[in-house]
Amino acid sequence: MLIKFTGGTVYDPMHGVNGEVRDIYARDGKIVAAPPEGTRVDEEFNLKGRVVMAGAIDPHSHIGGGKVTIARMLMPEDHAGQEVARGDLERSGCGHAIPSTMTTGYRYAEMGYTAAFEPAMLPANARQAHLEMGDTPMIDKGAFVMLGNDDFFLRALAEKRDMSFIKDYIGWTMHASQAIAVKIVNPGGISAFKFNQRRLDLDEKHVHYQVTPRDIILTLARGMQEIGVTHPIHIHGCNLGTPGNDETTLATIKAAEGLPIHLTHIQFHSYGTEGDKKFSSGAARIAELLNQHKNVSIDVGQVLFGQTCTASGDSMRQYGNTASANPKKWVMMDIECDNGCGVVPMKYRDQSFVNALQWAIGLELFLLVDDPWRIFLTTDHPNGAPFYYYPHLIRLLMDKTFRKERLATIHPDAQMASILSTIDREYSLYDVAIMTRAGPARSLGLMDRGHLGPGASADITVYEDLDNREAMFQTSLFVFKNGNLIVRNGKVVKIVAGATHVARPQYDSAIEKPLKEYFDRYHTMQLGNFRISDDEIVASNCGHTGGECGCVIVQPTKARVS
Amino acid sequence: MTTVSETSPNVQTSVACPFCGILCDDLEISTGPSGLKVTKNGCSKAVAGFERQVSDAVPMIQGKPATLPEALREATRILSAARLPMYGGLGTDVDGIRAVMALADKSGGVVDHALSEGQYRNFKVLQSQGWFMTTLTEARNRADLFVVVGSDLHQLHPRFFERIVNPTVSMLSETPAKRTVVFLGNGLDTSGVSGTGIGDVITIPCALERVSEVLSALKAELKGAPLPGGEHAGVKADTITDLANRCRKAAYGVMVWAPPSLAFPNAELTVGLVSELVKEINVTSRFACLSLGGNEGAVSAGAVCSWQSGYPLRVSFASGKPDYDPLRYVIPKMLATGEGDALLWISSFTPDLGPPATTIPTIVLGTPGVKITGTPAVFIPVGTPGADHAGRIVRCDNVVTLPLRNLGRSTLPKVADLLAAIELAL
Repeated sequence: MLIKFTGGTVYDPMHGVNGEVRDIYARDGKIVAAPPEGTRVDEEFNLKGRVVMAGAIDPHSHIGGGKVTIARMLMPEDHAGQEVARGDLERSGCGHAIPSTMTTGYRYAEMGYTAAFEPAMLPANARQAHLEMGDTPMIDKGAFVMLGNDDFFLRALAEKRDMSFIKDYIGWTMHASQAIAVKIVNPGGISAFKFNQRRLDLDEKHVHYQVTPRDIILTLARGMQEIGVTHPIHIHGCNLGTPGNDETTLATIKAAEGLPIHLTHIQFHSYGTEGDKKFSSGAARIAELLNQHKNVSIDVGQVLFGQTCTASGDSMRQYGNTASANPKKWVMMDIECDNGCGVVPMKYRDQSFVNALQWAIGLELFLLVDDPWRIFLTTDHPNGAPFYYYPHLIRLLMDKTFRKERLATIHPDAQMASILSTIDREYSLYDVAIMTRAGPARSLGLMDRGHLGPGASADITVYEDLDNREAMFQTSLFVFKNGNLIVRNGKVVKIVAGATHVARPQYDSAIEKPLKEYFDRYHTMQLGNFRISDDEIVASNCGHTGGECGCVIVQPTKARVS
Repeated sequence: MTTVSETSPNVQTSVACPFCGILCDDLEISTGPSGLKVTKNGCSKAVAGFERQVSDAVPMIQGKPATLPEALREATRILSAARLPMYGGLGTDVDGIRAVMALADKSGGVVDHALSEGQYRNFKVLQSQGWFMTTLTEARNRADLFVVVGSDLHQLHPRFFERIVNPTVSMLSETPAKRTVVFLGNGLDTSGVSGTGIGDVITIPCALERVSEVLSALKAELKGAPLPGGEHAGVKADTITDLANRCRKAAYGVMVWAPPSLAFPNAELTVGLVSELVKEINVTSRFACLSLGGNEGAVSAGAVCSWQSGYPLRVSFASGKPDYDPLRYVIPKMLATGEGDALLWISSFTPDLGPPATTIPTIVLGTPGVKITGTPAVFIPVGTPGADHAGRIVRCDNVVTLPLRNLGRSTLPKVADLLAAIELAL
């Protein structure tokens, strides 16, 4: 089956293609080079005047796992009036801030997204995370497994075990939980909170293990680099949401000592303490340091106004945020001597000084960080805003007139406290294609996603080239997944399951001996039952949502160093 | 498939047990021609569940033997004809619930689990206040104080104390502080608490429906404003002061309950008080709630329904959209008021979870021997996940999901497969 996509205006940053009129061919789900003249074309889409990009990739979106479902259970009032009827193809669902799984898949696809990655999969909860992702159709999925607050890792660090032991543990955990990357949330802090520590700054010691967040970050950053996983350690730093955490963020960037790191939802970590209200933007200083440190990538975690429900592994800091819960209810959890979670409903208001400045800080970061390859478009769904607000965010970045109009409507003191009115930068379509496609694909090591060169999966999105960029990115004209037309005029026309991407770095299976002893001695689950098989994932991606089976795709890793 | 040797029985280790919500997964079970035998780490529920004979059941239509295709056709006919089918019982695994959700969505039905009444004692609190929760491994390794709130844990979960409360070592220390265990309520079985890891075991007798009075007094004490009066629900003020001091001093205290045990009117207020108390203590020191229960696949049903529809059960799909009404879509109540005109009932774990008596056409997908009053329109014997086929199931703490193994006990079909066939034919 040969499909020709004729005459679209193509943005493919991986190959340096910036708005050129090109033909693209796909055969059997993959993009192929132009066939010899005279080859029969089975299907042709005339895309003259339309914008063509690879399917978009969300590198940080909480779409699967316990805390997301706790948030769903916690917020029935948020679903009310947001129910989605069953269609000829689609299952029913609901949700504003935290949509149900199938609705999540449909909404992503309708916007032209063909992949989203769950960034906080607890090892203890990994099986459920994969089950939920398996019930999220249309898009590819993958997950970052959380390490750095678990007793096994912290005691290894405290006992100064050698690096190869740590690397074996990282590798084993990635295999067993079926992860593509590793995340650390409030390094050591989730664990410290269980010992009644209420804060843990970069160089503060954990009362029990006597290690610091700096030790944890450095060890995991080095470990990830040396086992050859493409995505560097994904860091949700210390002091989330705390005024003055800009200093911590600056220190964390330096603490990496040049090792590759990814700092996630950096907006929530860019707060200063200046001004009458002791809350100010640290964006300019952080962006300046980021521009100098090519080893660091970020995603923003933009705040957009409205009701949402925050869900994080960071029980320590989420507990600190419970006073702001709106509505006034919340869930915290201490989990399995492994991790934690905190679910706190939040209503971001443009007439709240703090919320308005959070909004401005996110935009400042987007506009002051100069390399779009190292900054990814996220709202940290659902923490800053639901993911389907992205088109609005893209318009804020691409249209300075619109941005300045919006700025004029927020809390006046926040307008004064932000330098946003002085920034005239506008993102181009090429920048957006980098930030939402090529950048995340490169960073996550997705070889065959996020670009339109031969060998890539034929995940292709076509937009009308509208002046109103929000309208443009809201409603895709066509979305193809593996060459199948799945969305037409913003409506789902075919259900597909989507694959699960994993990375499998090398590790020495001898690590299973101490691990088994440890599980047998302390855990309530057996080591063998902890491990998730490929069959489970494939079975989980099959049939429950319609469409064909979703497979497991093993993305390549580099050779392990020692 | 598991191979079963005719001569020497095959012993499987690390087997997960689906017969209560704490899902022990350290069982050893031998499989042989005479059935399953729990050879290690089995409690009474595990032995009863695994060692039951299930081989001789066949599908029935109106009490007469039928082939499986005939039974499925009749079930499909009943559900097609129904204006408001009800999907109840829901004693099945994750894949079973997924299939129920797909079928309910397509047929415009109502979903509700047989043990929802207990779960809603929790969900009401979750949805109005939230809470601070912990999980089994966390409690096992960290807690130095367990306060058991009005729940007979030993009866519902025979290995809870052995696995979570009694251990003598923890991740944090080879010689952890001895655990204090407080039983709040009349008639709670304390016999499971034993061993060198246990310190004080205290029983505070009190009628279950008055436990909330004691909790209120405890909360006032913890807030530094003790309630006046010498006794609260028959408990002396000194006892409450002592309990408050123990709560304050605990390195990590846990308040444990099992929702099915709190079977008295407005029990959610008791759960709500536990939640508030625990929040109060956390202002200065660490404490957490631990809710058990979750037998008969109830936690899986609540979780899958939440992630697929947004709501934890008691959802109707009659309008084409999920319509949530935890007061209305209660299957026993709907049966009593004549709402709903067909009932599909699933009970694949234990024979106790039979359908309520009703005159509307009823389809039962049940483990052989499931208790049924009257003759259902259709009965299809089904396998038990974890004994007759593989599956997955969510633990009571809503965090850990365990894989369930096919132990080859029988070739009875999977609920998920049967429902998928009906959905396809509908």
